[in-house]
Amino acid sequence: MSRYFTEDHEWIDVDGNNATVGITNYAQEQLGDVVFVEVPENGKELGKGDDAAVVESVKAASDVYAPVSGTVSEGNVALADDPSLINTDPEGEGWFFKLDLSDTSQLEGLMDEAAYKEFVASL
Amino acid sequence: MSDQNELDDSPPQDQKLPLDSWHRGQGARMVSFAGYEMPIQYEGIMAEHIWTRENAGLFDVSHMGQVVFTGENADAELEKILPGEIQKLGVNRIRYSLLLAQDGGILDDLMVTRRANDIYAVVNGATKYDDLAYIIDNMPDSVTINLMDDHALLALQGPKAGTALASFIPEVDNLYFMMAGAFALDGMDLWISRSGYTGEDGFEISVAAQHAEKLAGMLCGHEDVKPIGLGARDSLRLEAGLPLYGHDLTPQITPIQADLGFALNKRRREQGGFAGAQRVLGEHKDGAAMKRVGLFVDGRQPLREGAIIVDDAGNEIGQVTSGGFSPSLERPIAMAYVPSELSEEGTVLTAQQRGKPFAVTVTKMPFVPHNYRRKPKA
Repeated sequence: MSRYFTEDHEWIDVDGNNATVGITNYAQEQLGDVVFVEVPENGKELGKGDDAAVVESVKAASDVYAPVSGTVSEGNVALADDPSLINTDPEGEGWFFKLDLSDTSQLEGLMDEAAYKEFVASL
Repeated sequence: MSDQNELDDSPPQDQKLPLDSWHRGQGARMVSFAGYEMPIQYEGIMAEHIWTRENAGLFDVSHMGQVVFTGENADAELEKILPGEIQKLGVNRIRYSLLLAQDGGILDDLMVTRRANDIYAVVNGATKYDDLAYIIDNMPDSVTINLMDDHALLALQGPKAGTALASFIPEVDNLYFMMAGAFALDGMDLWISRSGYTGEDGFEISVAAQHAEKLAGMLCGHEDVKPIGLGARDSLRLEAGLPLYGHDLTPQITPIQADLGFALNKRRREQGGFAGAQRVLGEHKDGAAMKRVGLFVDGRQPLREGAIIVDDAGNEIGQVTSGGFSPSLERPIAMAYVPSELSEEGTVLTAQQRGKPFAVTVTKMPFVPHNYRRKPKA
């Protein structure tokens, strides 16, 4: 399994055609206290860059984009009851949704962990 | 991920306030606000909000305009553009008032204190230069206007603010809500008002800019006091039902629409003689077509400024002007303008945000009870 990162501060774990998407620790720090999360429904088809999920902190609403194209296989229902999972475990229990990838070649343009760290350090 | 909202997190090109480096030393995240770099948060909005409701928070509000009016007729002249009773305001008493345009629209909201030899007002940061231009235009040369831009303004707010400040200055115990006075602390001259913008007991402290760091450090040295950012200031004032200028109050809104009729004092209602009096007094008598109300929002997703209120056919009939998640109540709350006939407490309405409907219920404000230290009735 490999983990990729986007410049929009999302992470994607990829195992074959299956991907899990969340936001990075840097992203949750920027958001602050998360009070509401809306994840996409199963079966929803998402193109790369489409609005996929909504995350609201005390101060602001933000979109989470589909980092690659695919069909939603599962949204993280635990976030409805406990949106603060985004703050406490953003790169684990606080995942947003799972995708069946439609075009794995889209992963090629994404960053690995080292490149993402460098990207964050440059901000 | 991208921000949809109004806070600008881009690298600020703004003026710095006297406490700038102090905030950074306290771990603040700075953002651009009202033309200044200001602390949005330290440890987190939710924790800072709850801390202020239970203890005492120190807010830097030095971006606000502190204005002093001198001259024999300053009070009567101010009454031409404010609907409040200023002439009979007692010495060292504070009044909330509204700066009105000639058509009765609200140009700013402000606190006015009559002092022994002058009148001291605190106006909003984002509007202070426009306010001054308007005031100067409407004031004879006999009144001198001085913007105290060499002074910082700190607010100490919360149920423990009184004991915390009295541990440094015991005499502040003599102040009740909406009273003010001059005090000294360790060589610093302070003008202290028992007032604030959180719904809690507390103070606003005017201090010379060169002493601001020393004062902030002393106050935060008290175990019950922590620095609090603008983020929590906004959620606290929203819970307290207090409008925010530029959002809930604008030049298109009148005092009656804003449900601020209490700012029209009796003699002024009877005599008029202030900007927009005809319209404002007419609305006071007959009611305005729309009104600012509080809303409880069903579910957990906050409604934000810019969301609309719709009728059954989906037509826009109102606007949300402030909204967010209430840390104290753990649910979303909002302020909105709705048609007056739909402003009754308990009225269920539909709001719409990004095409999605939300059920909302008109509710009484404040959302969280005020906790002021009022003077006991004699």
